[in-house]
Amino acid sequence: MIDNPWLWGAVSGLVIVSVLMGVAAYAIWFERKFAALMQNRPGPTQVGWAGLLQSIADLLKLLQKEEIVPTNADRALFNLAPPLGVICVLGAMAVFPWAPGLIPADVDVGLLLALSLTSLMTIPVWMAGWSSNNKYALLGGMRAAAQAVSFEVPLLLSAMVPVILAGSFRIADIIAVQADGAWMIWWPPGPGTVAFVIFLLTSLAEANRIPFDIPEAESELVAGITTEYTGMKFGLFYLAEYLHTLIGSFLAAALFLGGWDGPGPDGAHWLIVKGLGLFAGIFWVRWTLLRYRADQFMAVCWKIFVPLSLGMVGLAAVWKVYA
Amino acid sequence: MALTHPSAAPAPVAPVRASVRPWPDPYLDVEQYDPEGDLLVLNLGPQHPSTHGVFRVKLWLDGEVCIKAVPYAGYLHRGVEKLCEKLSYVMIPPVVDKNDYLSAFTNELAINMAFEALNQVEPPRRAQYLRTLGAEMQRVASHLLWLGTFGLDMGGAIGGGATLFMHCLREREGILDCFEVWTGGRFHYNTLTVGGNRHDVPAGFAELVTRTFKAIRARLEEYDALILDNAIFRARTAGVGRLDAQLALEHGITGPNLRGSGVDLDLRRDRPYGVYGELKVNVAVRSEGDALARYHVRMAEMRESIRLVLDLVDGIPPGPLCALKPVKLPSAYKGKAGQAYVSIETARGELGTWVVADGSDKPYRCKIRAPSYHAVSLIPYLAPGNNVSDIVVTLGSLDPVLGEVDR
Repeated sequence: MIDNPWLWGAVSGLVIVSVLMGVAAYAIWFERKFAALMQNRPGPTQVGWAGLLQSIADLLKLLQKEEIVPTNADRALFNLAPPLGVICVLGAMAVFPWAPGLIPADVDVGLLLALSLTSLMTIPVWMAGWSSNNKYALLGGMRAAAQAVSFEVPLLLSAMVPVILAGSFRIADIIAVQADGAWMIWWPPGPGTVAFVIFLLTSLAEANRIPFDIPEAESELVAGITTEYTGMKFGLFYLAEYLHTLIGSFLAAALFLGGWDGPGPDGAHWLIVKGLGLFAGIFWVRWTLLRYRADQFMAVCWKIFVPLSLGMVGLAAVWKVYA
Repeated sequence: MALTHPSAAPAPVAPVRASVRPWPDPYLDVEQYDPEGDLLVLNLGPQHPSTHGVFRVKLWLDGEVCIKAVPYAGYLHRGVEKLCEKLSYVMIPPVVDKNDYLSAFTNELAINMAFEALNQVEPPRRAQYLRTLGAEMQRVASHLLWLGTFGLDMGGAIGGGATLFMHCLREREGILDCFEVWTGGRFHYNTLTVGGNRHDVPAGFAELVTRTFKAIRARLEEYDALILDNAIFRARTAGVGRLDAQLALEHGITGPNLRGSGVDLDLRRDRPYGVYGELKVNVAVRSEGDALARYHVRMAEMRESIRLVLDLVDGIPPGPLCALKPVKLPSAYKGKAGQAYVSIETARGELGTWVVADGSDKPYRCKIRAPSYHAVSLIPYLAPGNNVSDIVVTLGSLDPVLGEVDR
């Protein structure tokens, strides 16, 4: 569309960042309305029609809050952590293909880059936990590090299944292989379905969402890593968490649900429908389930997810060679 | 054989004690255990979302595993027992309402029964009957709130636990509505007085209560199935906070916490008061002693209380509400000299009141035996060896109300 790669990168980056911020703001509104529906209450109603401007009002409130840095906190790390988190998750979106030919940065190892950038999110979380000079934050940071070390393995292994089947790390290639309904989730039968479930669950854990939100665990650790954060710094963590979940659902839609493939004309609209559908499903899980204890979900990870995803990688390789 | 004072016996050596007793040593010497000072000292509370009020537990953590726990009560101390010495008999019930603020009705009942025993006043049958009905309604309301906050302890304020909490609060609202049409208050009723009740039930009360409790009964089955079906709930509660029956008895634990450990004791059946003698109260007992057992006991108690309420509400007998003539001035009512101890079964266990009176219009001394106070004394025994998440679940499953602990 735009021939100059620098200009294209700048324009698409700007568009994606602004659109994602808007989506995140309205995802919060949607989640609050959705939770209210599940809990027999009206949810936000006061700001704008049906509370549609609630997220804007919350944002303005967060901007006005006093920025507090605790005494004896590591100032540099403390202030660096929230923006770094948002940069990590937004950067992952740079390699995401929205429609055939509509890719901000078409990298050969796009999937690997996206997954490593989202995994980097652990670093700011640990930075926040360490630098806050708060015991609850420290415990949350330790939990986050342990969680990331464990859940990276099944996440990457389950993402390897579509990579092996498509023979490429480029997300656009993986989507192209799934054209005309041959989605990884059911074709070839078996590995894709299991890998999809594991990928979705581990990206929940990556994004610290219930039932794996133990780094935050507000009933145990008050607010976990964000205990000492105020104002927009807290807001940035919140935003990063939402974007992380959003990116996880879009990646799952691209890798396993055929991306932009769908009945009728193919295009970005199908990808958006699938991604937002998974995102809403994650809300449903969040407002239904309780939280695992740290050691229990490590057990789930190492005893169930890792062997299962390894097995699926093997099955996918066998399929690739013999079918 | 000569009797010796217990303090004269030689102090048992710590390792022997630890091996004989199946629970951790609450008096562990941290200096000796950890001379390097590597343990993380964490103050859980007083302002912590899962302490159900203002309550502090000082935890020594090795990683996330607790080595020693010391509870500190008293952040909500309002001097209720001293207040009772300064207020006349009719002015005390609204004050003790606020002790166990989740079941105000049974608080009033306990203190008024003690005053009545002191003065040898027998409330009329209609009053007794309505008191029993109110106590059972209050038990359901209190256990519903416990269920909701137990969900919050495990699922957090933003998560599945909040959904459970909201649904439990919806059912509890119905019960509070029933209390509102009866007494005018939703939370703190001030409806019982020495010798009887102040407020009579209005017309249509039986229908309202029947409708409310039948709806709660149907939904409770739904919640129970949903909660028990959840693998995460079972994983978080089974085997967590295991309470030994012997330890429970040594610490004076009563109510659902004791029955969850396999001791079959319920004052409603074993020492009946009100009209409980005429009713058949089925007492739920589980032997496991963990958080899941306490959950089962409380759910069974809710079902039993709903059954009792539905049975009772249809046969409210006619008659007077109060055995004594109302007095114009609170101080016009003079009590007899003497002392009395009365205890009843509230939603949390045995709530006892010991009154000593000197014949004036005020009690000389009023001691309240609160079941929650005994429950929080278990924390040094139940917390060590568990991680922070389990301690939060254990504390939630003991269902302490801090207003009652600190008084």
